[in-house]
Amino acid sequence: MNIFAKNDPLATYAGNTWCPGCGNFGLLTAVKSVLKKFKETGRLHETLLVSGIGCHAKIVDYLAVNSFYSIHGRVLPVAWGIKMANPTLTVIGHAGDGDAYGEGISHLIFAAKRNTDLTLLVHNNRVYGLTTGQFTPTSPKGFPGRSTPSGSPEEPLNPIKLALASGATFVARGYVGKVKHLTNLIWEAVKHRGFSFIDVLQPCYTFFNTYSFYNERVVEIPSDHPYEDLEAAFKLAEKWDYSSQAEEIPIGIFYKVKRPTFEEEALIETRDFDLFEHIRKFHQ
Amino acid sequence: MKNSFEFSVLFGGKAGDGIRQLGILWAKLLCRRGLKTFLYDDYPSLIRGGHNFSIVRAAEFPISAHRDQVNVIVALNEETIRRHQQRLSENGVVLCDQEIPEAQKAPSAQITVPWAQIVKELSAPKIMRNTAALASLVRFCQIPWEELAQTLRELAKTELNLSVAQKSYELSEKGHVDFPSKDKNQAFFFGNEAIALGAAAAGLKVFLAYPMTPASSILHYLAAHRERLGINVIHPENEIAAVLAAIGAAYAGSPAMTATSGGGFALMVEALSLAGQAEIPLVIVECQRPGPSTGVPTYTMQGDLEFVLTAGHGEFPRVVLAPGDAQEAFELTAEALRLAWRYQTPVLVLSDKHLSESLFSQNLPQQFARVEYKAWSGGQTYARYAFSEDGVSPLAFPGRKDAIVKATSYEHDPFGLTTEEPTQIARMQEKRLRKEEGLKRETEKMVGVFNRDAPVALLCFGSTKGAAVEIAERLGLRLVRPLVLRPFPTQTLQKALKGADRIIVCETNATGQLAKLLAFHGFRVDQKILKYNGRPFSVDELYERVKELL
Repeated sequence: MNIFAKNDPLATYAGNTWCPGCGNFGLLTAVKSVLKKFKETGRLHETLLVSGIGCHAKIVDYLAVNSFYSIHGRVLPVAWGIKMANPTLTVIGHAGDGDAYGEGISHLIFAAKRNTDLTLLVHNNRVYGLTTGQFTPTSPKGFPGRSTPSGSPEEPLNPIKLALASGATFVARGYVGKVKHLTNLIWEAVKHRGFSFIDVLQPCYTFFNTYSFYNERVVEIPSDHPYEDLEAAFKLAEKWDYSSQAEEIPIGIFYKVKRPTFEEEALIETRDFDLFEHIRKFHQ
Repeated sequence: MKNSFEFSVLFGGKAGDGIRQLGILWAKLLCRRGLKTFLYDDYPSLIRGGHNFSIVRAAEFPISAHRDQVNVIVALNEETIRRHQQRLSENGVVLCDQEIPEAQKAPSAQITVPWAQIVKELSAPKIMRNTAALASLVRFCQIPWEELAQTLRELAKTELNLSVAQKSYELSEKGHVDFPSKDKNQAFFFGNEAIALGAAAAGLKVFLAYPMTPASSILHYLAAHRERLGINVIHPENEIAAVLAAIGAAYAGSPAMTATSGGGFALMVEALSLAGQAEIPLVIVECQRPGPSTGVPTYTMQGDLEFVLTAGHGEFPRVVLAPGDAQEAFELTAEALRLAWRYQTPVLVLSDKHLSESLFSQNLPQQFARVEYKAWSGGQTYARYAFSEDGVSPLAFPGRKDAIVKATSYEHDPFGLTTEEPTQIARMQEKRLRKEEGLKRETEKMVGVFNRDAPVALLCFGSTKGAAVEIAERLGLRLVRPLVLRPFPTQTLQKALKGADRIIVCETNATGQLAKLLAFHGFRVDQKILKYNGRPFSVDELYERVKELL
């Protein structure tokens, strides 16, 4: 018995349980294309996926790579701990919007602040799928979720602005309807040294079908965008506030700068020590 | 209580007077004289003001508790004299600053020295009155100047401290105490230092903690020594991040630990359950303080026993160890790491303020537990949760070419893929719970027994050991102390309590949690001595409370 699917060395035998039409399929395709590049260079075993809990998290069951299927909201601290133990691993975190922007928002802010060397892909469908249709931190105001039948009373959070304000060194937005673009984004994010963050727009076919809303509005950020200009990044992020209205929704890299990573700044080479010498020196 | 030498000093002042440091220097100086010492530190939760005091007891015999009565009070303010002069023994002396007006009125014998003036004359910061006070005490105890000078040179490290001490030493007078001196140095450790060193010695490589009294000094100690000990020491955004990053690190192959108090542990409980399900070797140190909630942050209580025994949703194997002094803190924390890795499950070390923040002079054992685990030897497709007889699956870490390592919070199959299939669910539950058999076997003997044949048995856990050992010795009682509280060492306790006419449980909480645990496991508890005012038992107090019952 082994873990692999027939005819696909990157997939496990686990049966896919996402709804037909789920935005997660596009994301799975994109992540697989990136993992394929690692496989081709013989480095697949150095990659590792961490997920939270929610529809997004099933991705780790489907892919035949190292993974840690963690708990709701805690993708980033688990991923961070893994990097402490082995900074050479390429760690790609997956979280839902409830996961990253609700339950675990403090960790997002701190991962950005620290510039931990890992990638976070937020599968942002702007609705709780697996718990069947409640509003999330990025649902538009007025969203009629099952916990807010007369409409969400809150303004949505703009995660791009949050990541920028928190100090993330790579901030991007992708869309599962543009898989090739998304694949490139993920590849760039993974190559980036430091905290790379991608908010991935990913419609929930069952509870919040936003395909046509996005298809009509997403626009790729032009290649002459000044990637190191924080002010320009904020300006671009303000083109859409995650409400139900927008002229255009920019996708692509908003911001990208170099800054020392947490791992470079803080980690030391671990080693054994002489206990009795230590006691003689400090405890006698 | 003994005929051989013992001597207690109370140091008091307000927060910011350097009382704690003063007590520590005195204790360390005595350890270097070869005396056994114990330091009890009592301080409110504030940074400046309030009333702080430390009691340093020294003796020629092993001690790990303080006395209520003291031979000398070193008072840096008048409040100290007012609050504590009733503690002075016959022939006791108060050492205080000439500037304290109260000093004139106090009935006890006093020696006044112009500490404030000395500090002023030498343009030293006011806090150095503590060094001046130490010098007066050293002089009073007829300890040679050179011993103080050497201690200050090594531990205080400033020339100004030395000058202040020298001046004060000259102006102070000799007392009548004849302080013994032994050849052999005694090593000294705060409980939390022993916990930190036990973990480090066992192979700790990653430590994460969010500050919380009385656990913070584990973080401070490891952070200060991280380069020497070769450990990554990290202060994250909260306890939740601390425990989850420790879990991540352990999954990726680094022995990891976190430490906190009750409130922080409450935040970690969801992750504790994750470690149980994902079979992660995780060590959590829980240093108790009085609750509920914020409670009394800088004082002590053994009120979280029931909490740590059962915290976490779902059923999974765990170990709860409860050391009683620095030596046990060292040994059991090392053992905690070993067991966590051997059985890939969470292990808790239960301390409290009284153990964590008291100073002990004890030697650490030459032999101690180290991290060891069942390593995967390669070959067929790796299955992180492969079934096995003892419930323990071979470990491989991510990054190996020949293994896909999948850890998960979901119920899973041997490869770590999600399952909802009933047979699989039951088999995996059984696999994990099978580890309890091995854990039980390995921890069953962990009970401390003293005076095995005495008819009256005193039962306690954790830091109550210090006072209880002395009482048991003096009153000829049997003393029985479970060092492991889960799995519960039922058979060993049965043997240890065999033939006891009377079983008295003493603990520092309000509801008798150890007594309840004993009753749950079928033991008879005849009497309980409970204390729940945030203060630990002193030797004298426990003596009186036990005496009342006999």
